[in-house]
Amino acid sequence: MNTPAALKRIAETIWELPMSYKEGMLVPARIFASEKLVEEMDAGVFEQVCNVATLPGIQRYAYCMPDGHWGYGFPIGGVAAMDPGSGVISPGGIGFDINCGMRLVLTNLSAAEVVPRLHHLVDRLFARIPTGVGCHGFVKLKQDEFRQVAEQGSRWCLKHGYATPEDLEMTEEGGCFSGADATDVSVKAIERGFNQLGTLGSGNHYCEIQVVQPNNIMDPERAEAFGLTMVPNQVVIMFHCGSRGFGHQVATDYLKLFLGVMERKYGIKIRDRELACAPFHSPEGQSYFSAMKCAVNMAFANRQVILHRIREVFSEVFNKSPDELAMRMVYDVAHNTAKLERHTVNGHTKELLVHRKGATRAFGPGAKGIPERYAKTGQPVIIGGSMETGSYLLAGMSSGADAFFTTAHGSGRTMSRHEARKLFRGDKLQHDMEQRGIYVRSDSFGGLAEEAGAAYKDIDEVVLTTEIAGLSKRVARLVPIGNIKG
Amino acid sequence: MSYQFRGDIAYSDIAFDASGETLEELFSAAAEATLKVMVEDPATVRPTEEVQVSLAEESLEMLLFEFLNELIFYKDARRLFLRPQSLEIGGDDGGACQLQGTLTGEEIDPGRHQLDTDVKAVTMMRLSVRKAVEGWQATVVLDV
Repeated sequence: MNTPAALKRIAETIWELPMSYKEGMLVPARIFASEKLVEEMDAGVFEQVCNVATLPGIQRYAYCMPDGHWGYGFPIGGVAAMDPGSGVISPGGIGFDINCGMRLVLTNLSAAEVVPRLHHLVDRLFARIPTGVGCHGFVKLKQDEFRQVAEQGSRWCLKHGYATPEDLEMTEEGGCFSGADATDVSVKAIERGFNQLGTLGSGNHYCEIQVVQPNNIMDPERAEAFGLTMVPNQVVIMFHCGSRGFGHQVATDYLKLFLGVMERKYGIKIRDRELACAPFHSPEGQSYFSAMKCAVNMAFANRQVILHRIREVFSEVFNKSPDELAMRMVYDVAHNTAKLERHTVNGHTKELLVHRKGATRAFGPGAKGIPERYAKTGQPVIIGGSMETGSYLLAGMSSGADAFFTTAHGSGRTMSRHEARKLFRGDKLQHDMEQRGIYVRSDSFGGLAEEAGAAYKDIDEVVLTTEIAGLSKRVARLVPIGNIKG
Repeated sequence: MSYQFRGDIAYSDIAFDASGETLEELFSAAAEATLKVMVEDPATVRPTEEVQVSLAEESLEMLLFEFLNELIFYKDARRLFLRPQSLEIGGDDGGACQLQGTLTGEEIDPGRHQLDTDVKAVTMMRLSVRKAVEGWQATVVLDV
């Protein structure tokens, strides 16, 4: 038990630490969790979410989602909305992997059709989607062309034959944050990223083949609206990756810049260097916001070209076109971003800068900014579990307003990567998973061990908690059968 | 010089302590730890490529931060696994700090290098460089 004595239960799945818990807190901290999840949370979560509550301009509460765990600066699962006029922007509230996110893609294939060719399919995906340390992408670009990718995101992909108009419609913000100016990005970031378009990465980044079993559909109406009921035991593809070295360098560059100006130029004192920040409307804050948008757009484009490659592989293996296989996107959600959105605080609707780090935007039915197709259902929310245990598709709810329409992003870790390596062996895990019908290819057995299911929280508990808290509603559980990771 | 990975700091990242009799040894140990995260057996990285590095920062911590970031930069930009061959670090008396040196290594070759986990960035979390009874110690958390 790491829970502070001051932690007070407000509702079944809402816990609060008061402003008196830590000097300098401007708002209380709120944690969404079941009793089991809050007991499992590490002490770092409580300290970090309260550090976030000290940031200038923060509104209502500093939040942590049910999959929250110890990060750097913000906890993973941390959410904070700032008044853009008086508040700050902090790279530590977004993360190094800017717009690390999830994409879910449909097929009209059943598990019975895919399982006989599963090894070949996974092997082909592993061969054609670059994974692992330092891999270069399959889209070869000059640096000037990469700057266009950074400014245009998925729109660049549409122009160059890697996307359909519907793909963009089914991507958060249409696959492009407007106002991205590549002159705000360092030469180093460009050099680090221009050859990585079309790469998965490593760590918890993966591409997974999953099955929608009829008994795992919790909301048949929404499941149908999201395209999950074409055939019984329908196969879908979920993948998770981000802005690669480009985004990591943007975050590193501005973390250092903010450390230099935060106190000297703006008189801002913070509790943790990882929360380095600058006033949103300062030249440094605006420059970072623009550079961050470039990284967001690169990540959207990265997932888009990977989708193009996945479609090619499925076409080759099943000898049908992507259209014949109905390989349409359900949605693409971003995890690590800051966005200007309109929300209601104390009865007044105003523009806020919402930081989400390891958290998913979850707009409810009727919300502006989601595809017309989902107006009645709410935005699809894609929650990746561990590669052993399964994932979920959920939908945003109108009742999520208190947390600025935000929900969890994954299972959340329960142990460090170092501990996981001591407890699990990648080669044994790969063998055991294959016995259970999950075929995994990876560049690294060590990396595989770090991603063992037991290193993560109970995904069922996490998503149920988001539903009880009114943040997102369960639509279907997705069971893995194949996975590639770096 | 030596390094030791830690499981008690940050769940989704990788933390390590490094030590050395001199600052040069300390920085070399931290570089070796970073390499070890990315390649299972760092001994398989041969010195076939050479890169010069020259850095100046206000503190030893920021110097270590920038030095490790250089290794991560070259890993992505030029697909190079690098380690220091020679280093010279000055200004450990509280003033400006400088580092000059030569990094050697080779292009990433999945056929010869058993790849492990990609390093995204050096974080500021718990980052410290401190004088110990004998030599120097550092703590680093890498985002992976």
